[in-house]
Amino acid sequence: MEGTRRYALQYQRFTRLNRALHITMIVSFISLALTGMTLKFSYTSWASFIAHRLGGYEGAGFIHRSAAVLMFGLFVTHIWDLNRKRREEHGGSILSLVFGPDSMLFNRRDLTELIGTLKWFVGAGPRPRYGRWTYWEKFDYFAVFWGIFVIGSTGLMLWFPVFFTRLLPGWFINVATIIHSDEALLATGFIFTVHFFNTHLRPEKFPMDTVVFTGRMPLAEFKRDKPAEYEALVAAGKLEENLVEPYQPVVIRGIRAFAWTALGIGTLIVFWIVYAMVFAYR
Amino acid sequence: MPSKKALVHGRVRFALAAGFAVVVFGLLSVRVARAQENADCITCHGEKDITADRKGRAVSVYVSDKVFAASIHGALQCINCHQDLEGKELPHESPLKKVDCSSCHEAEVKQHAASLHGKAMKRGDPLAPSCASCHGMHDIRAVKDPRSPVSPLKVPFTCGKCHKEGTAVMTQRNIHQDHILENYSESIHGEGLLKKGLIVSANCSSCHTAHNIRSHTDPASSISRGNIAKTCTTCHAQIEDVHRKVIKGELWEKEAHVLPACVDCHQPHKVRKVFYTQGMADADCMKCHADGSLKSKDGRSMAVKVDDLQHSKHLKVACSQCHAGVNVSHTRPCETITTKVDCASCHTEVAQQYVKSQHGKLLAKGDPNAPACTECHGTHGIEGKLVATSPTFPTNVPKLCARCHREGEKAAMRYKGTQHGIIEAYTESIHGKGLLKSGLTVTATCTGCHTAHGVLPKTDPESTVNRANVPATCGRCHHGIQEEFEKSVHSEMAGKTDKQLPVCNDCHSAHTIRRADADGFRLDIMDKCGRCHGEIAKTYFDTYHGKVSQLGYTKTAKCYDCHGAHDIRKVSDPRSHLSRENVVATCQKCHEGATRRFAGYLSHATHHDPQKYPWLFWTFWGMTGLLAGTFVMGGLHTLLWIPRALQMRRELKAEEEAEERAAMEAEEAARKEKE
Repeated sequence: MEGTRRYALQYQRFTRLNRALHITMIVSFISLALTGMTLKFSYTSWASFIAHRLGGYEGAGFIHRSAAVLMFGLFVTHIWDLNRKRREEHGGSILSLVFGPDSMLFNRRDLTELIGTLKWFVGAGPRPRYGRWTYWEKFDYFAVFWGIFVIGSTGLMLWFPVFFTRLLPGWFINVATIIHSDEALLATGFIFTVHFFNTHLRPEKFPMDTVVFTGRMPLAEFKRDKPAEYEALVAAGKLEENLVEPYQPVVIRGIRAFAWTALGIGTLIVFWIVYAMVFAYR
Repeated sequence: MPSKKALVHGRVRFALAAGFAVVVFGLLSVRVARAQENADCITCHGEKDITADRKGRAVSVYVSDKVFAASIHGALQCINCHQDLEGKELPHESPLKKVDCSSCHEAEVKQHAASLHGKAMKRGDPLAPSCASCHGMHDIRAVKDPRSPVSPLKVPFTCGKCHKEGTAVMTQRNIHQDHILENYSESIHGEGLLKKGLIVSANCSSCHTAHNIRSHTDPASSISRGNIAKTCTTCHAQIEDVHRKVIKGELWEKEAHVLPACVDCHQPHKVRKVFYTQGMADADCMKCHADGSLKSKDGRSMAVKVDDLQHSKHLKVACSQCHAGVNVSHTRPCETITTKVDCASCHTEVAQQYVKSQHGKLLAKGDPNAPACTECHGTHGIEGKLVATSPTFPTNVPKLCARCHREGEKAAMRYKGTQHGIIEAYTESIHGKGLLKSGLTVTATCTGCHTAHGVLPKTDPESTVNRANVPATCGRCHHGIQEEFEKSVHSEMAGKTDKQLPVCNDCHSAHTIRRADADGFRLDIMDKCGRCHGEIAKTYFDTYHGKVSQLGYTKTAKCYDCHGAHDIRKVSDPRSHLSRENVVATCQKCHEGATRRFAGYLSHATHHDPQKYPWLFWTFWGMTGLLAGTFVMGGLHTLLWIPRALQMRRELKAEEEAEERAAMEAEEAARKEKE
């Protein structure tokens, strides 16, 4: 059985670029969160400790802004990739890209699936037959979109206050500080708890779902997790062209190490936030 | 006091009385031809060999009519003095009553009665002098008459009759001085009088008075401690000019208990122009005190190191000038010393400060820990504060004070205030480093702020470190800062508030003063300002400036970077760094290109005040709502999911095991088939 499985082909869910962007995002996001939180929770000794390890508030600030630039970079790359996809896969049609079956945009089906899922949770129905993107995956996706817009724009104001106060009143910098900081708290808290659980740490995928790093998932899992997509592919006869060989175990181990590190840091940050807000708040 | 006035008064009275007597006598001689005339008395008493019986002894009662006629009483009748003879038959009975001079010289007799002489007479002391002992009897002459025993030139001899060495008075009565006449005749006064014939030079009665002679312990005496200055200044009227430090106006008379009296330096009877060399030669002292093993009765070393004296600031001061009270006539001249060395004899002003200082007050209370002069300055080896080896040289002062004020030492033990580890703190402070590391002797030392001799606790309004006086004390060196501060909102002089205003040490501390541009100070200042401006300091920490500061970094703006340090003023004051006119330039110190709009940034904003900052308030609560909503939804979704996910996991495991079993069975079947 082992032998056969090693060579069993797997379904390719994410492209190479998608995976690279997600890894970049992890590096950028953790850097932003860690350095940003030192300021937000500057009253804790934790914050002071981290700030001093990261080269002082100036060093931490440099890391923060570099990571922000990286985030802007991957955002632009993703938009560019979507545009390429529009041209190559949707015949140049924006509508097809936005409203097609594999669209990231919420649609009626997501509502049905949400209701179905809630029913399944309470034992009032079967597990919905999810397609390529579930509603929670779409939520996470748009949370990033929203976050980059809100945090990014206010972050630029804080970065260049002299420039922005040529247009905006001075107190807007205070408002921007609150929005930037609280939205970041939301993003950090949500990603490191809900997103971690939803996509990486669900018990049935224990110890970890690494599909976003490897880009591929076993066929059985694919069939089980995304039955609608699987069936559509089989029906269209396109399953074969989406099958690839799995990675060598050593690569998987490397990926797992990275994923666990990111997850560990994220969890620590969550603990720190809880500590700072509940026990040390002032 | 030799009351000149009384003398004059006496003379006038005498003249009047004499005149009156002459008139009465004239009238009587006309009317009563048979009265007792002087001639009647002389009839018998003019006989040279006339005697009378006095307690069994024959005593001459001869009166020379010539001598009497030449005396100042020559115009009087015998019975004017011998009043008990008036109207008596002649020859009269003997003895007569003692003549009472008070019928004419009432004041003098009264003074005499209260004086030492008069009291002795009252006791019946046979050695006690009566009027006649000094003035004579029938031969009595005017003071101005050089032949009078009480004329200036004769006074020393008249007094000397009893008060010279070897007389009954000197040997049998309690007279504190010795060799009075000899000493006097060698003194500047005696020399003037006896050798130079200057009758204005002081004689015995100039100082002791003629009739009112009292003990120096009697406060009413002309030579008591309280009166001696007045007595001496009757002649030495301008003496203040040469004793400026000691006397200082009337201090000498007013505070005789503190200041030395004339006689402390210019010993009575031995007064010389230069008294020091006169009294005791240092060499005489060193005869005994150079011996290193010399000890007092209670075991203290009494040795004086010659080396100490060689570099001493007091090298030219004689032993006896400080150790006053020696008496050269004793074998051990020092045995008459009864008092400790009193530095106030010369260092009057300093002593005045010291007496009022905490150290001085404790000493006065008899506190054994109280430092006297020598505690800090040393004794024989005393050096000036400009000599580097002196304990009072600036770089040595902290060490000196530390002897008592270091933690664990006697002064620090009794101290109940808030300042601790003073010496260590000072050493690490900017002043301590300046003094001890950079060797700047102008740096503030302990005495720089607390003064050397007027040290007082800060609670004393007179203290240099009292709140009210601190700006002036610091301003002695930091004058420019003081000027700025006094115009600031924090100064009593400009600020109008009933709250306590800060002074230098509230921000800079007392003993731990640091450079204001050092990290520690820049980070501490928020706490310092926050002690009074609590709310506003809290809101500062809600901003980027405050948060970076809280992380322990100094580069972002601190309170005084915007508000100013010593020149802090109300924002409404156009001179304030934050006034409308100046605020943009203040921001531009760090934020190049900052505009007026930029200056609208709320550097003390809080999102807890909906009235003052509605935008911040509602933004904050909007964001909080978004956060809470998202987390509640996401959290619930996840929590509900967990049981299902666990169930799925169990089913998957069961499935896998079933598959594995099926595969093994299939393998087994295949193997059996082969066989």
